[in-house]
This record gives sequence, C-alpha cells and structure tokens, in this order.
Amino acid sequence: MKKEKRKGLAWLLVIPFYFYTIVFVVLPLAYMILLSFLKRAEVWGVTKEITWENYRNIFEPVYLRTFAESLKLALLCTFFIALLGYPFGYFMAKLSKQWKRRVMMLLMIPFWTSALIRMYGWIIIFRSNGLLDQFFMAVHITEKPLRLLYTYPAVVVGMIYALLPFMILSVYSSAEKLDWSLVEAARDLGASPFYTFITVTLKLTMPGFLSGVVLTFIPSMGLFFVADILGGNKIVLVGNLIQEQLMKARNWPFAAALSVVLMLLTSLMLAIYRKAAGVKELEGLF
Amino acid sequence: MKNKTKIPNFFLGIILAVVYLPILVIVVYSFQDSKISTVWEGFSLRWYRELFLDRSMREAVFNSFILAGISCINAAVIGTMAAVGMTRISWRSKGLIAYFSTLPIMIPEIILGMVFMVFFSFLGLPFGMTTLVLAHTAFCIPYVFTMVRSRLIGLDPSLTEAARDLGAGEVMVFFTVTLPLIAPAVASGMLLSFAMSFDDVVISIFVTGAATNTLPVKIYTQMKNGVSPEVNALSTIMLGGTVLVLLGSELIRRRDKK
Repeated sequence: MKKEKRKGLAWLLVIPFYFYTIVFVVLPLAYMILLSFLKRAEVWGVTKEITWENYRNIFEPVYLRTFAESLKLALLCTFFIALLGYPFGYFMAKLSKQWKRRVMMLLMIPFWTSALIRMYGWIIIFRSNGLLDQFFMAVHITEKPLRLLYTYPAVVVGMIYALLPFMILSVYSSAEKLDWSLVEAARDLGASPFYTFITVTLKLTMPGFLSGVVLTFIPSMGLFFVADILGGNKIVLVGNLIQEQLMKARNWPFAAALSVVLMLLTSLMLAIYRKAAGVKELEGLF
Repeated sequence: MKNKTKIPNFFLGIILAVVYLPILVIVVYSFQDSKISTVWEGFSLRWYRELFLDRSMREAVFNSFILAGISCINAAVIGTMAAVGMTRISWRSKGLIAYFSTLPIMIPEIILGMVFMVFFSFLGLPFGMTTLVLAHTAFCIPYVFTMVRSRLIGLDPSLTEAARDLGAGEVMVFFTVTLPLIAPAVASGMLLSFAMSFDDVVISIFVTGAATNTLPVKIYTQMKNGVSPEVNALSTIMLGGTVLVLLGSELIRRRDKK
C-alpha cells in the first residue's frame, strides 16, 4: 500500500514538468517544422498548402552564399578559439588548487555577464579614433585610424571573445582529470616533450577539446547580434538571415526552413562529435 | 606536475587581461564627463543621473526584475518538483522528456526565439510580459532541473529511509529531510536562471511586444545606434548586478560545503 501512495505522489510532482516541456518545447518545435513546409500566403501568414518550396529556396545562390559565409566564419573562429583556448585550459589545469579556483572565478564573471554588454565594450575599442586607433597611432604602428568597427576582423574578434570560455572550460575539465603520471611515464621512457604531448596529453584531452569545438562552432553560426553590432549590416550570417526573414521580410515559413536546416547541421555536428569522442554528454557542461 | 616556466602564467595573464579589457573600458567610460570623445575629460556621475531620470529606463529595469523573478520562481517550483519526482517514477518517457526539457539551452538561441515567436502568434497570445515569462521559464527550468537532479544523485538514500522508518509521512520527509538537503542546489539553480533571464536579449527580442521593454532589449536597440554614455552607465550597473549574483551563489556553495 505504501508503494502505491509513493507512486501517486511522484506522479503529481512530474506533471507540471511534463506539461511544460510538451506544451512549450515539443509543440513549438513541432510547429516550426510544420511551418517550414507550408506555403506563404500572399499578404500575411501562411496557407494550408504543403510545399517543398521553402527548402528549395535555400539553394538559391544568395542564401547558399550566406550558409557558406557562416560556415567559413564559424571555422575561422573555432580555429582561433582552439589556438587560444586549448593552451589556456591546459595551463590552467596545471595551476595550484588555490589558483585554479581564482582563475575559474575570474573566467566565470565575464562568462555570466551579458555577451551584449561585452560586445559593447568592443565598440568603444574598435570605433574609428577609438581606443585601439589611438593606441596604434600613439606607438606609430599606423598613422591613420584603422576604423576596425564594422569590418570582418571586428566580427571575428567579437565571436572569439564571446565563445572562448566554452573552449577553455571544456579543455580544462578534461585536462583536470588527466592522470599526469601517464605523461611522466612517457617522459621517463624517453619520449620527447613534443612526442609525449601528441601521443599522451592531446589524446587524453581530446574529448574536452572536441566538445569545446562543438560548443563554439554551433553558436558561432547563430550569434546574429555579434555580426549585427560589430559588423554593421555588412556581414550577413545564417542567424541574421533568419532574423531578417522573420522580422522584416515576414516570410515565416522560409525562416522556419532555415532554422530547421541550421538545427540539422547542429545535430550532425553533435552526432559526429559523439562518434569521434565516444561519449554521450558534452564535457564541461554541468 | 607544475608549470615549469613562467610562460604559461604569462599566457593566462594576457588572455585574462584581454577578457577584462572591454568590461573595464565600459566601466571607466561610464564615469566620464564628455559625450563623444575617447580622451578622458574628467570624472562625472552625469550619465547615471540622466539614466535615473529616464522614465522608460526605469520601466525597463522594473520589467527585467519582474520577468527574471517570476521566471526563476516558476523554474524553481517546476524544476525541483520534477527532479524529485523523476527519481521515483519508472515511466518509459522519462529520459525522453528530460532530454526535450534541456533543448531550450542546447539549441541556438535564435532558433528558440523564432520558435516561440511563431508558436505564440499561432496560439494568438498577446506579445508582452506573458509571452516573455512563458519563454523565459522554458529556458530557466533546465538549469534548476539539472542542478537539483545531480544533487539528488549524490544524496545518501538512507537519510530519507531513516526518516520514513521513524514514521514520517511522505510529505513530511520531503519538507524536513529532502528539501533542506537539496536547498543549495535549488538556490544556485535559481540564481543562475535569474541571471540568464535578466541578461537575455535574443529570445526577448522575438517574444516581446512593442510596449514592453526589458533592459537588455533596450540596450540592444540603443547600441545599434552607436555609442551612448547612458548605455555605458547602464551596462556598468548590470555588470555590478551580475557580479553580486555570482558572489551570492559562490557564498551559498561555500556554506554548503562546510
């Protein structure tokens, strides 16, 4: 009898959760998928006609170019993030316990502050005759202001800046668990530092590194506000395209189709990651 | 194995300095007197004063607090109940639902924003505080749920068993044993979701109405028009708030450990 009572109570506890997840996560996602197959009405909204048209539209050169541009930027950013984030996470794991905690705290503060606000700081630095220009001119690297704001490099810096912590935390959580005696063993057996790094350290921290790649690559395709704020209207990413189709062109079915494709790309990345790293959860998240 | 040379520490220092550079720039510039110049022209609280006199700004601050407050309380109630309940049910759908519930923090924000926007307009809901709360609650629940769940996994089951053996009822056990034990996880999950909701701009842009502004949405619209000293002051206040929330959660964690 007791058992039945326990179950009855538990059932009540999870009902709001089930309800919320189904009504406000599953149904909206399902609706978006449905929407992506509907035909756009002449003036407003959608008709009940099912069509592949929205997906076909994505293959128009203009939009294909946007996808290519986004992928290129995402690859470039991920490359730089890996270059900076991997050593950071690796070195951080070697710090003393006390310093680990301090550096972690120092990393977390900007991580939880609004990405938007941090981007805003870059505007002040990058704008023409801003801090960077003043600095460069003062040390005579350039004579004229560089006017970096609203350029491609500015967007790349912004992206790297916004996403670097993900890579650092992923690599760190992997490197922290690393059994350093294995590294020492390899060195004792006569392997060079470089060879040891490649065959032991890098291999053992690979899951963290790969999850860092996924965690930076995926968002860098959707972070439309970075391109918006630091790139002006010059750089259009998939994220910007979705926003534009939604808010300005009011072509919701097309925006939905774009989102579905972006989500599929995302899931594909995750699947590849899982296959490559042989783990289910992303390292460093929770 | 320790870092043998100074180079790694130097590298860590440089990166951290660059990470803090834009934040520092904002804070310093918010206290500067002149409107456009990059050159320092004296300390002033002028922009803070102007900020406080701006009525629409006060409204945005109020909205942001209401939104983050309601969303994180919703998330705390739904997420905690679910994490506790999930350990006791053996439904097949359990894992799937838990997976779906974390989607809001897994998929790109822009997609979540658009999904809510089209869905809410399909339902015919008026865009404004209601839609904001519904959307924010959805991405706050996973924070509380995952934190409480991992806390529950680490709990010693003999504690609740002992209480039950001593004759305490199910409800009594929950409130006197389980809840105090998971309280730190609930609290840090709430703080985290509060911070996330308070900061969110992407999802809010999509689900807010013309009449309802939150702080980040307001900052975003102003930012697109370029630099303004009020935004500096506002950002500094928001930064201060976030640091306070973080320190609060760190304190909870430390007290919990003792």
